[in-house]
Amino acid sequence: MTATTSHSTPTWRNWFGVVSRLPWIWIVPTAYLAVMLLLPTIALFLKASTEGPVRFWSIATSPVALDAYRVTFGTALVTAFINGIFGLLIAWVLVRYEFPFRRVIDAAVDLPFALPTSVAGLTLATVYSENGWIGSLFAPLGIKLAFTQWGVAIAMLLISLPFVVRTVQPVLADLEKDVEEAAWCLGASKFQTFWRVVLPPIIPAALTGVALGFSRAVGEYGSVVIVSSNTPYKDLIAPVLVFQRLEQYDYSGATVIGAVLLGLSLALLVLINLLQAWGRRYG
Amino acid sequence: MASTGSTLKTLPDTPAQKVKRYDWTKIGLIALAVLYLTLILFIPALNVFVQAFSKGIGPFFANLTEPAFQNAVRLTLIIAAIAVPINTVFGLCAAWVIARKRFPGRALVISILDVPFSVSPVVAGLMIVLLYGRNGWFGPFLNAHDIKIVFALPGMILATAFITLPFVAREVIPVLEEAGTDQEEAAQTLGAKNWQIFWRVTLPSIRWGLLYGVLLTNARAMGEFGAISVVSGNIANKTQTLPLFVEESYKQYQTESAYSAAVLLAFLAVVTLVLKEILERKTRIKQIKEEA
Repeated sequence: MTATTSHSTPTWRNWFGVVSRLPWIWIVPTAYLAVMLLLPTIALFLKASTEGPVRFWSIATSPVALDAYRVTFGTALVTAFINGIFGLLIAWVLVRYEFPFRRVIDAAVDLPFALPTSVAGLTLATVYSENGWIGSLFAPLGIKLAFTQWGVAIAMLLISLPFVVRTVQPVLADLEKDVEEAAWCLGASKFQTFWRVVLPPIIPAALTGVALGFSRAVGEYGSVVIVSSNTPYKDLIAPVLVFQRLEQYDYSGATVIGAVLLGLSLALLVLINLLQAWGRRYG
Repeated sequence: MASTGSTLKTLPDTPAQKVKRYDWTKIGLIALAVLYLTLILFIPALNVFVQAFSKGIGPFFANLTEPAFQNAVRLTLIIAAIAVPINTVFGLCAAWVIARKRFPGRALVISILDVPFSVSPVVAGLMIVLLYGRNGWFGPFLNAHDIKIVFALPGMILATAFITLPFVAREVIPVLEEAGTDQEEAAQTLGAKNWQIFWRVTLPSIRWGLLYGVLLTNARAMGEFGAISVVSGNIANKTQTLPLFVEESYKQYQTESAYSAAVLLAFLAVVTLVLKEILERKTRIKQIKEEA
């Protein structure tokens, strides 16, 4: 009966009727997502769009911003691939070998996820500074690690370390050893076995991990802001630039550069989803 | 891989030779992996504890009695105590809808859930300033009603809730999907009410996944720095959480205080990892039992 009455009412009322009759378990998460996620995202893009295309472009491509992108994306890309290689190695060692403290090391790989970023920045700034445990080894060679772009790189290496390990580990554990043994029996060398048999199925997982690590490194703020000197044209990253703009009450600057970062994050999210779908098809 | 290979190829080898050949690749790779982890992770982690206690336990406890420090601890606990339950309730509802219902745009919703993971914390903070700040969308309304969100506790809670939004849902969705609907349907057929089904059937089957999600939410909530830094204004004694206290002390050359706070946060991280390991073992044991 209610169905017939709502059919005769105007469309918006009909919609209202449908929504109000939805069970609360639908309304609660939808409303929360809308208020917490969609509204802020839309607000940032709309605010950025009120600048107009010309002003937007000139702020987004100002020399300071361009150099901040170079430091952020360049360092994040290099560190993501370094962690790609070492992540594969760590995953391999943890899955295939038995050695003392293996379980402890396995658990410790997650530490960068659990350790607050300001703590990571603080300790890296100490350890890699000129008189720190590791920094003092490089100081005689004339290499300054903390408070340079090296420091940015080290912080990014630390915070994106677990991603590749954790994406590759389950795939590697599922890999049938029979196939490798078959390759060996057929006369493949160790190297050939690795390149032709082991590596191909773990590539989608490894690339997913690299993309996740890159995405995390690009957005990283807490550890980098402490371990870098935040000097423009040297080691200033884009998220710190957004923060500095806000501190100077330059809301247009912060909004435009923030919108660029947000757009890139969303694009990366799509890429990561595609990579994961590819990985599932492989498996 | 190396061991099976050498057994297959050179069967007549004596066991001693086999062990030797097996060892070199293995030892080399393990050494390289451990060296990398030591440089990037273990030494920095160890350094936190060494620095915090470098002058003994006395100065460490003296730092803990500073009022600014105690206020930071209190604020961190308050924020976590509000943001974590809110996101737990949301996460449970969202996970139930996503795992149990098929609706258009379901895959999109699952991807949207991950947005807080990929957005920079600074951008997250910026969004909240643009919405609730003085010149934000709701700025005039909030001003007129004398409600302060940005540079005050509500903004910090909002920022924390944003950053930690996906964890519970992410962990509970797969557990709910795996648990299936058979038992819930059976309970319904036997005349159980909805809340009875939830408390007696659904909740027990997802409890470890749920706890895991809550644990991750809490760790992130107490450790969040970037987003809170943007919306808090970092006013000592008022809007300073523990992670902000670490940075501020370091900037003021009070390295000792910074490390006293840092070691507490690092300890929290270690406890989180230990609990996580325990929960993972529990779920693994459960899976093995079910398979058997």
